[in-house]
Amino acid sequence: MTLSQILALLAPELVLVMAGLVVLGLDLVWREEKKKEWLPYVALAGLVGALAAMVALWGQEAVLFGGIFTADVFALLFKVIAVVSTGLVVLSAIEFMRGRTPYRGEFYSLLIFATLGICFIASSTDLIMIYLTIELLSITSYILTGYSREDPKSNEAAIKYFLYGAVASAAMLYGMSLLYGATGSTNLSQIAIALGQADASLQGIILPAVIFLLAGFGFKIGAVPFHQWAPDAYEGAPTPVTAFLSVGPKAAGFIVLVRVFFVALPSFQPERIILISVISAITMTLGNLVAIWQKNIKRMLAYSSIAQAGYILLGMAVTSNLGMTSMVFYLMTYLFANLGAFIIIIIFSNGGGGDSVEDYAGLSQRSPGLALAMLLFLLSLAGIPPLAGFIGKFYLFTAIMEDGLLWLMVVAVLNSVISLYYYLEVVRQMYILPPKVEEPVPAASRALSGALIMAMIGVLLLGLYPTPLIELIEAAARAFLSG
Amino acid sequence: MSFPFLSIIVFSPIVGALIITALPKEKHSAIKTVALVSAFISMLLSIYVFFGYDQAAGGMQFEEQMQWIPSLGISYHLGTDGISLPLLLLTGVIIFCGVLISWTQDDRPKEFFAFLLVLVAGVFGVFVSLDLFLLFVFYELAVLPMYLLIGGWGWPVTREYAAMKLTLYLLVGSVIALVGVIAIYFEAGIGTFDIMRLAEVGFDTGFQYAFFLPIFVGFAVLAGLWPFHTWSPDGHVAAPTAVSMLHAGVLMKMGAYGALRVGMFILPVGAQKWLPWIVVLTVVNVVYGSMVAFAQKDFKYVIGYSSVSHMGYVAMGLTTMTVVGISGASLQMFSHGIMTGLFFAVVGLIYRQTHTRQIPELGGLARKMPFVAVAFIIGGMASMGMPGLSGFVAEFQVLAGTWQTYPVIAAISLIGIVITAAYIMKVSYKVFFGPLKAEHEGISAASVIEKFVLFIMAALLIVVGLYPSILLNVINTGVVPLVMRLR
Repeated sequence: MTLSQILALLAPELVLVMAGLVVLGLDLVWREEKKKEWLPYVALAGLVGALAAMVALWGQEAVLFGGIFTADVFALLFKVIAVVSTGLVVLSAIEFMRGRTPYRGEFYSLLIFATLGICFIASSTDLIMIYLTIELLSITSYILTGYSREDPKSNEAAIKYFLYGAVASAAMLYGMSLLYGATGSTNLSQIAIALGQADASLQGIILPAVIFLLAGFGFKIGAVPFHQWAPDAYEGAPTPVTAFLSVGPKAAGFIVLVRVFFVALPSFQPERIILISVISAITMTLGNLVAIWQKNIKRMLAYSSIAQAGYILLGMAVTSNLGMTSMVFYLMTYLFANLGAFIIIIIFSNGGGGDSVEDYAGLSQRSPGLALAMLLFLLSLAGIPPLAGFIGKFYLFTAIMEDGLLWLMVVAVLNSVISLYYYLEVVRQMYILPPKVEEPVPAASRALSGALIMAMIGVLLLGLYPTPLIELIEAAARAFLSG
Repeated sequence: MSFPFLSIIVFSPIVGALIITALPKEKHSAIKTVALVSAFISMLLSIYVFFGYDQAAGGMQFEEQMQWIPSLGISYHLGTDGISLPLLLLTGVIIFCGVLISWTQDDRPKEFFAFLLVLVAGVFGVFVSLDLFLLFVFYELAVLPMYLLIGGWGWPVTREYAAMKLTLYLLVGSVIALVGVIAIYFEAGIGTFDIMRLAEVGFDTGFQYAFFLPIFVGFAVLAGLWPFHTWSPDGHVAAPTAVSMLHAGVLMKMGAYGALRVGMFILPVGAQKWLPWIVVLTVVNVVYGSMVAFAQKDFKYVIGYSSVSHMGYVAMGLTTMTVVGISGASLQMFSHGIMTGLFFAVVGLIYRQTHTRQIPELGGLARKMPFVAVAFIIGGMASMGMPGLSGFVAEFQVLAGTWQTYPVIAAISLIGIVITAAYIMKVSYKVFFGPLKAEHEGISAASVIEKFVLFIMAALLIVVGLYPSILLNVINTGVVPLVMRLR
């Protein structure tokens, strides 16, 4: 393979590296505040460029650098999720960060580097590469979480996130070393081959190795019992960062899980199904039950996104193509609904509103449009038709039923009823209770409204006409599972 | 493709709701006019479809089909037969009357009517869906606006509690049924959610035994089956008038319809196994519901529990698995829908005038509101099962069917009829006759619009009572093939 071919396959990542550096450089060169206003748009241009590169690469498959980097359509799906979600986050951050920090250039370039981390994770097929890229994502995320330096909550969030993350990384590294010790390779496909030939005594090491690995991946996903960082980090981080954390890093965790389980440990399948279905059931139940008691809307969404991670894990508790498809599709629906909800929170707090659920009282009378949008996002998260989340959940439930996991399906459907309770609590505040202040929430900036409209379109379109996206994901999943 | 009557019936309210969303919130009369026009279009077309249905040919008619999510075999498939036609007609009448009776709604009418129309679109959709996935979409589309309507515009004392209770009950019911539906999908192995095609698959006996129960009970929660009925009186009472009318009038029928169309139609062997047990629950509905209704002091709770009791006849008719019983149940759905709609309209009118619903605080209202009193008494006689009114034909058929299959149950349920007569007479007497309370001297009679609404509904009760074949002929075209499957 020639250098130019390799570079072409790396185009999305290269564009992101360039964009991150350009933002950083321009921040240095542009002295006046006026010019710095353009930095987020430069970042946005970089993200759009990366997205274009991904579209251009669609359908190409190759393994690079001796097997550590795999370019395939399946990875591209996750890269698209990462880039789209970061794009929405950038749009929603512009106004929010304006008054809060003087260091805006670094903020956007850190966001881009975090996204770069996710893109690399999506293509990593080697344990060392996985470790490095996860660290790239983690370290940028820690800094972003603590970005409001004046705010003690933000500091606390960052330090908690960091401490949990460091422990999780260490555990993950230990799991990797076990796998390496047992098989003599860090390459995922090589590990599978070595384990296939190994005698039975070696099989015993897989379970401890998997558990340690899960600590690292589960940390990124926010799966129980590695979720404790999430509520504090979500509550304390600047809201656009919270929005970012709730989607991109989760997606990264999921694709690593998929690659490790499906490529490196295919022989582990029966145990995987038990392990993942139990984790999934506990994760969604705990997330939903604890979310009921939350008074702070960001914290509530933190628990909600823990629960959502539980739903997404359902797709991995099964063996079929359908499971994989439903998982990726659900991630897409979750992206729009969850980011949409955070965008509303940002608009609301830009207008001087607090983060407590009670602050949303009477929103339908103050700003009917905002309330309606929030209603749609929350109902999509709860899985109410005709919104995207319903199709996503229906797909997941269908997938687990195909494998006959009736108990898990019952747990999952009852969970979606529980979740409705706290989503409706916000709806109750917005629609049933009278407003405490009469004035409408100040109109959102153009960038924010743009992001909001995109999220709305996503939630409605994927609910009413999901077929093209489903077919796309299905083809990618089939290629991944057979390849 | 022929003219999409059913799609227009379903989407006319949604279009109405969208237009209302775009209108400025101060334009109350424009909002109400849009709501009325879209409800009227749906009603008119449902009347047209009802009379345009070819009874000789039978089966599914006015079908429309379009691919939606082909990878799971989900399609947008609509159609109607003898079982769904009366319900379509009922929904059309009730929403039209509901919009009219809400004409005085001046508290945030924009959201109120938008939600009301979305709700009714969901109800129409459930009755015409021939795809299980689509049916669920419409089902939940109908439940959520209910939460907002009761919570936002209901009786302040209990509305939040009642709205949340209702929503959670109904969603638990629906997800339990959903588990069964997805199980059906895989068991059939033909990769489709199409009801008509799934009905042709002969599922094995063990599967039917296992999954009939969750599906039937899941839907029956919405029909108010004892002991899952408690959400229903609370919901009725807390809801604003138009919503109570829709709720008791058509929403509960969605449950019975789902139990019939999904449970009994697709899993007939399971139905034979379980229905003889479920009939015991239905008789509790009838007798216990009427007893609780008798004990109530709150006028609206009386009606709420009478709904529980009357829906018991619907469920009982279904469990008989005979033509006469099931067509009686279908007729009862129509009859009860109109009758309860009428009752709730009356309660709403009285409450608006007197600001109380406590029966001991009312009395002698017939002198001030003679028209309302007559309408209520007509409804009450239908409720008691007086010959000449629709309730008689329906309940007679249900009891005749039950007598053939479960004579003991039929005998017990007669107690319900007696108690029903007792509480209807008690309430009519105490509210409309006797001395007029001094503080009610100043109240005025119903407005022309309100009289018009009451007239439509009372007239329908009489027409169907005197000439039941107008409905029964159509109903039988749907029930006869269903009963053939149940044997």
